[in-house]
Amino acid sequence: MTTRRQFLALACGTLAASELRAQLDPNIQAKRKAALDAAISKVVGDAPVRAGKVKLDVPPLIDNGNTVPITVTVDSPMTAASYVKAIHIFTEKNPQPYVITAHLGPRAGRATLSTRARIADTGRVIAIAQLSDGSYWSDTVSVIVTLSACLEDGLI
Amino acid sequence: MARVAVTVPASAKRGEVIEIKTLAAHVMETGFRRTQTGELLPRDIITDFVCTYNGVEVFRAELHQAVAANPLIAFTTVATESGTLEFKWTGDNGYVATHKAELKIV
Amino acid sequence: MRAAALFLAAFCACTQAGEIPLAERRSGYEFMGRETRAMQDDDTTNPALFALLDGETLWNRADGAAGRACAACHGDAAQSMKGVAARYPAIVGAKPLNLEQRINACRVEKQRAAAFAYESKELLALTAYVARQSRGLPIAIEANDTTRPFIDAGRALYERRQGQLNLACSQCHDDNWGRSLAGTPIPQAHPTGYPIYRLEWQAMGSLERRLRNCMIGARAEPYAYGSPEMVELELYLMWRARGMKLETPAVRP
Repeated sequence: MTTRRQFLALACGTLAASELRAQLDPNIQAKRKAALDAAISKVVGDAPVRAGKVKLDVPPLIDNGNTVPITVTVDSPMTAASYVKAIHIFTEKNPQPYVITAHLGPRAGRATLSTRARIADTGRVIAIAQLSDGSYWSDTVSVIVTLSACLEDGLI
Repeated sequence: MARVAVTVPASAKRGEVIEIKTLAAHVMETGFRRTQTGELLPRDIITDFVCTYNGVEVFRAELHQAVAANPLIAFTTVATESGTLEFKWTGDNGYVATHKAELKIV
Repeated sequence: MRAAALFLAAFCACTQAGEIPLAERRSGYEFMGRETRAMQDDDTTNPALFALLDGETLWNRADGAAGRACAACHGDAAQSMKGVAARYPAIVGAKPLNLEQRINACRVEKQRAAAFAYESKELLALTAYVARQSRGLPIAIEANDTTRPFIDAGRALYERRQGQLNLACSQCHDDNWGRSLAGTPIPQAHPTGYPIYRLEWQAMGSLERRLRNCMIGARAEPYAYGSPEMVELELYLMWRARGMKLETPAVRP
């Protein structure tokens, strides 16, 4: 029979494991924000990212964060002279910030990408378009994610 | 067997922008989930998708864990000439899926 | 004396007041956002697509000691299965069977094959494929002398408080539909599109799986798959949704 002392020791011992500690990290939001900023920097470097040209279509109140339809369209003629090279989608509150990166070109005809994302928590979704002239444009949408009321696993 | 479903018109006018919708049957296990007893479920996702048109790459995507299961990727391409559109998905644990579609210019 | 009679009459009226009037019934489809509805409506990108394709394969695949495919007896599913899902659960022999159980009964008796496990990919695919053939048709469960005892049993389960939260299905889905629970709108709980692709599961699932989720949500011990309680509850819910159109395969949050 486990004594109360043994039980507490066991519980604390489990918590000491590094992975579980990460989930209880009081700085987790700061770390995720830092990861998001780092991911965006990796894509754009020092270039400024301007709001505009990009339209991020994602429901502001999400039915279920496990599968969220997202469409990104960029205002661009998509000619050899002026086209969208890439579309990047990021989230603010996921365990890692990347969602998807699409590489386009003049042969796309239109700069558009649709997919379905997982969005873990209420926060921002960011779409960044990289244009052929080296400029970066973005759109940001704040979304609300609620947990489903009826789940099948116990709450951990 | 790797299951995919691609919707692309069979024919188009030259220069027309056509919509391509692709679905791949894949669980997209993030690598962040744990079982009830605490074991980490290892990551198993599709990581890359390429579309070529008569051998020329016209669209490419890198997917991460935040793409939902059974990933949908929809995009457009200009119907330039009659030929073959080829689609390829690759991912963790040697996952590969391919699909071909014929496009006729009318 | 008259006051007592009036009070009694009012009370009896109240016990029926919980049921949603037939004209006010709305499918779970109407409680979803525009984008989720679009996911269900587009056949080419509905995430249940693979289950339908798998179901079609299974329909045509010879199986069991009898070496027969479903198609061997039933031919083209679009013809032979039209209307079938709309009238399940149905009384087979002495008791109601749901569509999954009916499919398994056919497998065991006619194909002499092993039954598919509940919630297995195969059973979900085959059930989705069969039910898809009734898409757009009104749910056609009738209350008659044979079905009534089971419908009443199902209703009793629906109205019974259960679990640590001591909640009855009717309290949310009859009395408080449309209001928010943890930020999500409470639907009326009509099984208009099963098997569904549930976004929460990122997979296909049956009505029984969904009901188990609800029971676990109320911190109740969920009924076992295929149990008489489950099938009676399914029968009651389908009867409650009679006349509403079947949407299989539906997408739900």
